[in-house]
Amino acid sequence: MVDKEDLSFKVSQITGVNIRECYQCGKCTAGCPVGERMDLRPSVIMRMLQSEDAALEEEILRSKSIWLCLTCETCYSRCPMELDIPKVFDYLRGKSYSEGKVNSESRDIVSFHKSFLNAVERNGRLHEMSLILDYKIHTWNLFQDVVLAPEMYSKGKLSILPERIKDRKGLARLFKYQFKKRKS
Amino acid sequence: MKIGFYPGCSLTGSSREYNESLLAIAKGAGVELCEIEDWSCCGATAAHNLNKELSLSLPARNLALAELENMDELVVPCAACFNRLVMTQHELSEKEDLKKQVSDKLQMPLKNNIKIVNVLQFLEEHIVPRLDQLVKSPLTIDVACYYGCLLVRPQKVMKNERFEDPMLMDVIMQKLGANAIDWPFKTECCGAGFSVSKTEIVGELSGKIVRNATDRGAKAIVVACPMCHSNLDMRRPAINTYLNMKMDIPVIYITQAIALAMGLTPRQAGIQRHFVPVNLTVNR
Repeated sequence: MVDKEDLSFKVSQITGVNIRECYQCGKCTAGCPVGERMDLRPSVIMRMLQSEDAALEEEILRSKSIWLCLTCETCYSRCPMELDIPKVFDYLRGKSYSEGKVNSESRDIVSFHKSFLNAVERNGRLHEMSLILDYKIHTWNLFQDVVLAPEMYSKGKLSILPERIKDRKGLARLFKYQFKKRKS
Repeated sequence: MKIGFYPGCSLTGSSREYNESLLAIAKGAGVELCEIEDWSCCGATAAHNLNKELSLSLPARNLALAELENMDELVVPCAACFNRLVMTQHELSEKEDLKKQVSDKLQMPLKNNIKIVNVLQFLEEHIVPRLDQLVKSPLTIDVACYYGCLLVRPQKVMKNERFEDPMLMDVIMQKLGANAIDWPFKTECCGAGFSVSKTEIVGELSGKIVRNATDRGAKAIVVACPMCHSNLDMRRPAINTYLNMKMDIPVIYITQAIALAMGLTPRQAGIQRHFVPVNLTVNR
């Protein structure tokens, strides 16, 4: 009997990807540009989901792999069963983030995404300088790229003032009722 | 026919030269691009990774604005923005109830049927047919056309038959007089959004691309994506660290290549904004 709380059941239900169709050919892992750096490789994650073992599912949500995925879609384009693995990873990331299970080594990646959304929420468009400052403050990577910024500025690639959209109200409405904001 | 234009945030900042060169060639070819009034960010990888709802509503806002302005098609030069807009349109076209939710939240009608085109599709349709007349000073160099991920994948949505070996950019470069080399890294990932948070991964992935293009004799890498450009050009120090040698190969946008072949000055093409110096006068 299928347990409705089971992660693999939910993954299939929400993403429409039938995990059981994976027959472990390993093409996704072989072509993955960050496969060598992953703690759990894509094909291994698919197998772990098939196991329907709660402990293994927990391990996936706490893995580095789901955050290392670049969504380059190479796995999906080469899968003989046409399984949308990036979509499965999207779901796993959302769940890992909302349940506060982000791997400690992946926090910089999540911080960057958060700083990015903060910058967009403020102005409606991304202001690269604000993004970098927000990221530095949240991660304490204060000296990263200090050489790059002045050179970007001199080449006209970095503006001091942000561009702001007019429809601020409409924008604010989109940012309301989203995932609970979490402290990293 | 009204051709809409969604620049996206990168084109107003770190990839300003992509915007400048695209607008310059469109003007030169007599094609008018109408920028969407009050466009906003597409949410990029950040919304896609952290917030499903925003990853749909942010792109949809721009689609709805383009519809309000009666645009027949929408040109999206940034490959990442293009991917987010197309994927949103695709997902909302499959789920009517979700489309309604998004439209309600936007408080804007959303037909969700505008034709979205990336820069290569735009060039193929509007610029390539006029190239014979437009090309004034052919580029006589060997180039490596680099497509990256988002111009070819996901294959199901992009419907690109040659997703491992696309040729669109190669064909355009040949028409400009260049020789597009055959090489295996055309659609490998450059490291995308890890430029800041995992720079060493970008150094490795982009390093392999730059090394292979150089080894195969290319004198320039041609791209059509701001993320690919900034990783291959601006992140050259990280690439050099990974490869343990200094790589000199320049990286140009396809729109800059066309601008130069049309006889526009390097400054009009925005060449001076690059980190790796560009010298395309080296003849074969």
